[in-house]
Amino acid sequence: MAFLRRLRSRLVVIAGLLTLGYLLLPNVVVTVFSFNDPKGRFNYTWQKFSTDAWTDPCGVADLCGSLSISLQIAAWATLGATVLGTMIAFALVRYRFRARGAVNSLIFLPMAMPEVVMAASLLTLFLNLGAQLGFWTILIAHIMFCLSFVVVAVKARVMSMDPRLEEAARDLYAGPVQTFVRVTLPIAAPGIAAGALLAFALSFDDFIITNFNAGALVTFPMFVWGSAQRGTPVQINVIGTAMFVVAVLCVLAGMAVGNRRKRQKAA
Amino acid sequence: MAAVTEAPPPLAPATPEQKPPPGRGRLVPYWLLLPGILWLLVFFVMPMVYQASTSVQTGSLEEGYQVTWHFATYWDALSEYWPQFLRSVLYAGSATVLCLLLGYPLAYLIAFRAGRWRNLILILVIAPFFTSFLIRTLAWKTILADGGPVVGALNTLHVLDVTSWLGITAGDRVLATPLAVICGLTYNFLPFMILPLYTSLERIDGRLHEAAGDLYATPFTTFRKVTFPLSMPGVVSGTLLTFIPASGDYVNADLLGSTDTRMVGNVIQTQFLRILDYPTAAALSFILMAAILIMVTLYIRKSGTEDLV
Repeated sequence: MAFLRRLRSRLVVIAGLLTLGYLLLPNVVVTVFSFNDPKGRFNYTWQKFSTDAWTDPCGVADLCGSLSISLQIAAWATLGATVLGTMIAFALVRYRFRARGAVNSLIFLPMAMPEVVMAASLLTLFLNLGAQLGFWTILIAHIMFCLSFVVVAVKARVMSMDPRLEEAARDLYAGPVQTFVRVTLPIAAPGIAAGALLAFALSFDDFIITNFNAGALVTFPMFVWGSAQRGTPVQINVIGTAMFVVAVLCVLAGMAVGNRRKRQKAA
Repeated sequence: MAAVTEAPPPLAPATPEQKPPPGRGRLVPYWLLLPGILWLLVFFVMPMVYQASTSVQTGSLEEGYQVTWHFATYWDALSEYWPQFLRSVLYAGSATVLCLLLGYPLAYLIAFRAGRWRNLILILVIAPFFTSFLIRTLAWKTILADGGPVVGALNTLHVLDVTSWLGITAGDRVLATPLAVICGLTYNFLPFMILPLYTSLERIDGRLHEAAGDLYATPFTTFRKVTFPLSMPGVVSGTLLTFIPASGDYVNADLLGSTDTRMVGNVIQTQFLRILDYPTAAALSFILMAAILIMVTLYIRKSGTEDLV
């Protein structure tokens, strides 16, 4: 009986780890195949070890160009969505106003809508207005769908903020601007940073909305999509692996800094 | 200044809402809301209106389109593409159920069993996002390749016989079958299930488990009567976050499937970007939106969770 119970309690752990394996397996494949030397145009079967792609990551026409377009769009979309979203979040938490329910639904709806619906309807708008599809239409679309996620992230942080801290600042004769810059903003910063990071990741990796509204402009996900039809260069695996490694290292470094700070505070 | 000898009176509980400041300050929230809400109105609501209008137009690319209230487009679109609609619901539904079955143990593991590994496992759940999802989806082409180790193992274990009988694989292949599409959808949206599940599991007071044990509940009864009901908010938002994007997805069906696995997203994409039949595409997209909104509303009503945002 004891053995059975132990097995059953391990069962959850085993099942959980299997799921984790399922989640990480494609990343392992992407990494391994970044060292492949494929025969033919597609990089789907293992041939032999090679570091050619790692020494020449931009060796494929348009690949690094598309990467730089994606980074630019993601940077501007993050800036736009973070500013607009933070303003909305503050208004929602700190003020009473009419049409609050309507505003809440308007924030929620873009997150509850399949991407393809937003993509298709935006395209009808742009076509009807005769807008030139390209950088600006992608940027407009990305700010639109990142906005709600920033609002949710910032709102959560501002809601847990103690309003007495700002009252204290005002009591100490800080003006509204000074209170905001010196007290409110630093406390809200982690929420704003989380929202901005999320917006950057969403925009950089977006495919469906971009696919509809890009015109002839090729972002990095669009490049990968095209290469699935024309032939997948090993370099896309190199870039996928590099992004993965850099991001994980950044997170681990951030955690190490956080832990050290916590320990210093405790000491 | 008098010295404070007594403890200060307890402060009023922190209220998130403040009294509206007098005078000009009353307009502050509206100025804060204005740019963002305007953005959403122009680039989210207005497109929906344009789309609704496009769906009842007739005409051609050369001569232009006119609103003729041609509602037959909806009927034609449904009668021609109902298999794709059905497939979207079936594939997205199966992927959601699989995500719940696979994701729950992992969320449970992170919340209750991981100990000092908790943060590391959480990072590993989020980490795949840092590689473009298209690259990761293409990796499934390698994993599920014909005659590869995975397909070989499934064959030896006679799993493929069962799935063929169910009609979701054909012969010795997994790629280009419904199973591959469902597997890709499950993979792509699994973190969206795990994270909300984890959040709601983590909030559960561990003493409730102890109490259930003290009252002679078996671990299974504890799970069924205590843990699972308390994790319902996570289950509801996880299923929504999985089902909604999966039902509109066309990437997995395109990269891992075949022409027999096309979902409604694929139809909207080709109608809009290749065939350029805008009214049909707009009608399809409108039906998808309406179906999702109705399902979401019913589901939220039924599960009694209103605080999703």
